[in-house]
Amino acid sequence: MPADALVSIRDLTVQFRTDRGWVSAIEDISLDINAGECLGVVGESGSGKSVTALSILRLHARGTARAARGSIMLDGRDLLRAPERDLRRVRGGDIAMVFQDPMSSLNPVLTIADQISESLRLHQGLSRAEGRSRAIELLDLVRIADAPRRADEYPHRLSGGMRQRVMIAIAIACRPRLLIADEPTTALDVTIQAQILELLRDLRAELGMAVMMISHDLGVIAEFAHRVVVMYAGRIVEQAPVGTLFSAPRHPYTEGLMTSLRGRDIPGQRLGSIPGRVPDPDESIPGCRFGPRCAHVEAVCRAAVPALVSISENHDVRCTPRSQALAPACL
Amino acid sequence: MTPAIRLILIKLLQAVPVVLIVSILAFLVLNLLPGDPAVIIAGDQATPAAIEAVRHSLGLDRPFIVQLGIWFLHIVHGNFGNSLVLNQTVASAMLQRLPVTLSLAGLSLAITLPIGIGLGSLAAYYRGSWIDSSVMTVALVGVSVPSFWVAGLAVALFSVVLGWFPSSGYVPFAQNPAQWLRALLLPSIILSLFEIGFLSRMTRSAMLDVFGQDFIRTARSKGISEWRIVSKHAFRNALVMVITATGILLSAAIGGSVVIEQVFALPGVGRLVVEGILARDYPLVQGVMLIYGLTFVLINLIVDLAYSFADPRVRYD
Amino acid sequence: MIEASTVPEFAATTLAPRQRSMILRRLVAHRSFQIGFFLVGVLAIAAVLGPMLTNTKPSAMHISHRFSPPQAKFLFGTDMFGRDIFTRVLYGARVSLWVGFAVAAIAGVFGTTLGVLAAQFRSLEGAIMRLMDALMSFPAILLALGITAALGPSMNSVIIALSVAYVPPGVRIVRASALVVRELDYVQAALIAGARAPRIMLRHILPNSIGPLLVHLSFVFAYAILAEAALSFLGVGVQPPTPSWGNIIAEGRDYALQAWWIVLFPGIGISLATIGLNLLGDGLRDVLDPKLKG
Repeated sequence: MPADALVSIRDLTVQFRTDRGWVSAIEDISLDINAGECLGVVGESGSGKSVTALSILRLHARGTARAARGSIMLDGRDLLRAPERDLRRVRGGDIAMVFQDPMSSLNPVLTIADQISESLRLHQGLSRAEGRSRAIELLDLVRIADAPRRADEYPHRLSGGMRQRVMIAIAIACRPRLLIADEPTTALDVTIQAQILELLRDLRAELGMAVMMISHDLGVIAEFAHRVVVMYAGRIVEQAPVGTLFSAPRHPYTEGLMTSLRGRDIPGQRLGSIPGRVPDPDESIPGCRFGPRCAHVEAVCRAAVPALVSISENHDVRCTPRSQALAPACL
Repeated sequence: MTPAIRLILIKLLQAVPVVLIVSILAFLVLNLLPGDPAVIIAGDQATPAAIEAVRHSLGLDRPFIVQLGIWFLHIVHGNFGNSLVLNQTVASAMLQRLPVTLSLAGLSLAITLPIGIGLGSLAAYYRGSWIDSSVMTVALVGVSVPSFWVAGLAVALFSVVLGWFPSSGYVPFAQNPAQWLRALLLPSIILSLFEIGFLSRMTRSAMLDVFGQDFIRTARSKGISEWRIVSKHAFRNALVMVITATGILLSAAIGGSVVIEQVFALPGVGRLVVEGILARDYPLVQGVMLIYGLTFVLINLIVDLAYSFADPRVRYD
Repeated sequence: MIEASTVPEFAATTLAPRQRSMILRRLVAHRSFQIGFFLVGVLAIAAVLGPMLTNTKPSAMHISHRFSPPQAKFLFGTDMFGRDIFTRVLYGARVSLWVGFAVAAIAGVFGTTLGVLAAQFRSLEGAIMRLMDALMSFPAILLALGITAALGPSMNSVIIALSVAYVPPGVRIVRASALVVRELDYVQAALIAGARAPRIMLRHILPNSIGPLLVHLSFVFAYAILAEAALSFLGVGVQPPTPSWGNIIAEGRDYALQAWWIVLFPGIGISLATIGLNLLGDGLRDVLDPKLKG
């Protein structure tokens, strides 16, 4: 594990309960999030990026999911095995999360101030009055005008963009070291998307926190991330610094994403211009799960699941033909 | 005009036609009688003169629309008619019996609310576990088993065999609170069986609905304890349902008390109306039904308002 | 009224035959539905075959065998007149199930008719819905009590009274789904294309409201059995000598200690019938309306 890794995920396999037993939604995910860095996670829906994010704080609906294998280390503790009490201290304290749909992510019957100050009162022992004034400061920080009045309102009075700002205020309330943003702009209008991204970028710089930005929007990732993890069908297929990934993608899937992006406006670009669709988690595909959609598929791809191989410093690819061609000569 | 006052006025206006229809329905109870109401009320052996006297005293010899007019006029003046059998006005008979029924309904509601909400939340939280299935089985039995039957068995066991409770009778609260409670406890518990079943089924489904919402996940992501998530975030949202349920339960308790009062020989309104029906005391039945109806309209109105104020989305818009 | 507060929203599409067979398969696999179906089935068969399952009449008095406890000759014992409780409970099942079924059927027909009328004709809507509000403000048992008081105590009065009491929630359910369906594009298109109102009702509105209505009616069936028993117990329902579960219990009440069997068996009958119907309704609700799934 690199010395500056804040959160370190190793060999994570998460399974969901279905009618046909436990099915793996993600398999063998290993990645590090370094302190202060911005990690982008990109993939089509169904690639497992949200499952990975929710696993860090064990936020899957109770009884529906289990971590079959792996570890998620924070400060020398495995979050997957930490008792619920310890985990609660991490949630909203060290690691906070912003979700996709601001319309449904706020409690409709509690005031904005109540929802923002809740974690402050819990983690930092603030009184109700202190909590409220901190909430107003936070609303200012996320650039909501007329914060004292807004603080006492209920979510339904706010627009989608304002609600997402409130969600961000909730998340940064206790100065987390890692903010996980799960498609934070997907549900918003294009102009609002840009504002929210800008806000997140400024806050990240201001607060010095790491951000895990999950998106299916390559534009968002290109603008925001330092390092990018590309996921496909529950596995990491490539990870590299953002410049390398965009200039020299190695996995055919990443290449496909780049081709579909090229020549278009960057924000709002959706994935999925590659023919075919992401397989369901319980679909059995021999070898590489991208094989059926891959233009360069070979016999070796169907023979075995390719391994994630380091082809240069900070650049890993899960593609047997490519990694054999590109990997630095073995010892 | 503030939104709150406007809301109250709107709800009041909406209740007016319902009140009118309820009073017409109560009026029709007497007028729908197959055959000649005067003959039925006077009895089979009555002389033609006696029948004529009944007809006249009840105003049955006047045109239908005039009768309806008089009926409304009397209601407005608080005159709900006179009992044929009790030698009393309907209003005073009601007033005399009302405390019994209200005590019974209130006590059973006090038993039902915490238990029903608790069991329902528990089942929802532990969905699919043995806790869930046992709570739901108990709830199913609660809503399925006839209360008068359980009451009969309970009287036999707890009152006659074990002697823990009196098997019948009522002691006013003002006279002796302990005896009051002792007289009402068993009937209230039995009245609660259906209500607990009903409320826990309703709470469970409302809570399950809330547990599936995104904002519960948001609350978890803040590090809030499960207990607080259930008691604050989930319950506040399910509160709207609980208020609705409370209204239904109060009405159901008053309805169910008709049967329970009969079994335990409690001198409440329910017993009054059954006695009235069996004694063919139609003016009494009519008056009691009207007061019942007005009570239920009032309960619904209060529930409607409470409901609106519990939900900020309704409160403001 | 119980189901009215949760008028289910239905996916407003006409079910394809494939979906229908899938619904049927899921019903058959549903635990509550299986148990409910079994209970209701057994009771229904017992009620239909009633007279063939016993060799005596419900009113036949075996004077020398008064208060006989359950034994081979009198399976459920005898009452104060030496009447066979087994036979009386069997015949009581006929009365109770018939009342429940009739009430559900009448409430279903009137609920559908009035609900569609209220949704289709603005001029009728206010009057119908206010009347339903007024009826729903009474608990069913009290409303039924008032109506049987007016009509005189008899089985038919009970059926009429309970039907009136249980029509309003059905009206609300059908009207709600009719209002949703009416706004659908393909129904609007059919209207513009000149389809007449009755056709729209038959082809679009009814198939879409049948699910929630069926769920509601299975609960009505259960509540009607309970209410009939309560009314008969109070003496304003089915009148002796016709045996009904409610009046058998009322008659046996005074002897509950010395001859518990008189009261016990009809009560078990009522309980099993209502439990069965409630389970049936739970199963239907889970399968027909996943949104309300518990």
